[in-house]
Amino acid sequence: MSSSSDSELTVGKPHERPRSHAGAGVRLAAAPPKMRSVNLNFYYGAFQALHDISLDFHTNRITALIGPSGCGKSTFLRTLNRIHETVRHTRVEGRILLDSEDIFQVETTTLRRRIGMVFQKSNPFPKSIADNVAYGPRVNGVRRKTDVEEVVERSLRRAALWEEVKDKLRESAYALSGGQQQRLCIARALAVDPEVLLLDEPCSALDPIATAKIEDLLFDLKDQCTIVIVTHNMQQAARVADYTGFFLLGRLVEFNTTEVIFKTPARKETEDYITGRFG
Amino acid sequence: MVTATQSLRPQAGAGAFWRRLVNGDEVARLVTLAFASTVLLIVAVLVFELFRGSAVARHRFGWAFFVTQNWDPVAEQFGALPFIYGTVVTSAVALLIAVPLSLGAAVFLAELAPQRISDACTFLIELLAAVPSVIYGLMAIFTLVPLLRDYVQPFLGKTLGFLPFFQGPSFGAGYLAAGLILAVMICPFIISISREALFGVPREQREAALALGATQWESTWQVVIPHARLGIIGSVFLALARALGETIAVTMVIGNDPSIRASLFAPGYTIAAVLANEFTEATGELYLDSLVELGLVLFLLTMVINALAQLLVVLTSRRGSAHP
Repeated sequence: MSSSSDSELTVGKPHERPRSHAGAGVRLAAAPPKMRSVNLNFYYGAFQALHDISLDFHTNRITALIGPSGCGKSTFLRTLNRIHETVRHTRVEGRILLDSEDIFQVETTTLRRRIGMVFQKSNPFPKSIADNVAYGPRVNGVRRKTDVEEVVERSLRRAALWEEVKDKLRESAYALSGGQQQRLCIARALAVDPEVLLLDEPCSALDPIATAKIEDLLFDLKDQCTIVIVTHNMQQAARVADYTGFFLLGRLVEFNTTEVIFKTPARKETEDYITGRFG
Repeated sequence: MVTATQSLRPQAGAGAFWRRLVNGDEVARLVTLAFASTVLLIVAVLVFELFRGSAVARHRFGWAFFVTQNWDPVAEQFGALPFIYGTVVTSAVALLIAVPLSLGAAVFLAELAPQRISDACTFLIELLAAVPSVIYGLMAIFTLVPLLRDYVQPFLGKTLGFLPFFQGPSFGAGYLAAGLILAVMICPFIISISREALFGVPREQREAALALGATQWESTWQVVIPHARLGIIGSVFLALARALGETIAVTMVIGNDPSIRASLFAPGYTIAAVLANEFTEATGELYLDSLVELGLVLFLLTMVINALAQLLVVLTSRRGSAHP
């Protein structure tokens, strides 16, 4: 994907909002970190995919992880809710803290209730729209019909999808468009009220309009949870993120406020990547 | 591509046909068409021959053939009901036992077992599908029947004897023995195909459930199995078709008694078994035609059950399906 065409697409976007990063650095830094990774190493069998990643995710902020394909950004994201454990022969060293609690000491089901995830390919279940959203609350013990209905509506509203689907909640989720399916997956993740929301390239299969809707949504959601988004679209990182981390070959090259990363990066690799000289 | 087809069209005729024939496209089309038609032709011939061959019996008994219980070659009285009953009961017993067993095995092999163990087990299970049915029949006679007669049936009679299915003397050979050996024979089909269907479920589906705080069991039971259900249902009906038509193994342990009994301990008969046993000694025209009509019944039974299976698939996949 060429970055020049991307920036053309963003010109005159209808969802311009006051999302000034100027002067935000000081205020942002004051917020305590919601999650924190300390010297994290990750292995696929004998291959080391991540080297000593130490990084803070600040409360109610959006952190973007960028870098070329295969740099380990998705792997890192997948360790944050321990979904990497579904893949055999993976091993993690180091610590990840959620509110200063080691996530590897927490039951995975409890942990994943607190840390929601949205995947690259929208993956609704082969169920109705309402049942998709209700899945999380149901496995977590919400049984009463009125409670389920309420959480379905609230989550769909939060994902800005309610108006589009309120008349067809019983229809198959597969009847929705790609962008709607992805927002449905966000609604599904929000239905369990996660404290942290992880998004793994959520817009990579979407057109610019659907992408804009999701970016708007993320901006609204960050009041309610801490957001981490992996993207290989640098314009997207620049648009939505408060902080950006640049990954290269399994290492965190640079981490700072988005403004610093995009305007005055400290490392040459970051600058090369940002300006499109490689990757 | 577009220009090529356009340039061909005006010259349609013998010349163009010949050119395409030489190119191979037309040859391939004709040859595959011939193969496909052969299959249809065989089915048509089968039905026609069964229908024609059973003419005398059909005229003599009419619809009563399907609902009378009397099978008496000496008195030339023939009714198909005991055989239909035996066929359906043994297949039902086989499915009742085989489906939960196989589904459990498939879930273990696809979801829980390490890859190497899964592959090794699946190889062995698929070997079971290749064992000739006469071998299963011998195994049933020498191990299953004595076991049922001496231990299982007395035990079932004592504990569940209040149910009509588990009453009467323990012969060993009977509906239960036939159903059990059929269950053993169809398990490999269900396990092998269901495992593939489970493997076909995208990993994003599992991860979506797990990421919402579902346990592995919840993810498997509520997301993965529903997603794979078409393949699983397909495997069950393939197995059922096999069970309905299985001949030798069933003939060896069913007891060969054309009567209808509620107890699974009792000896019975199936359509396939009576065809195998009595065809060589069917002397009279009516006797022979009655057997052929039984063959027609078995054919129709299989067709009806497969049609019901298709209907079930259509009905269950109408709402919220991955396959609209």
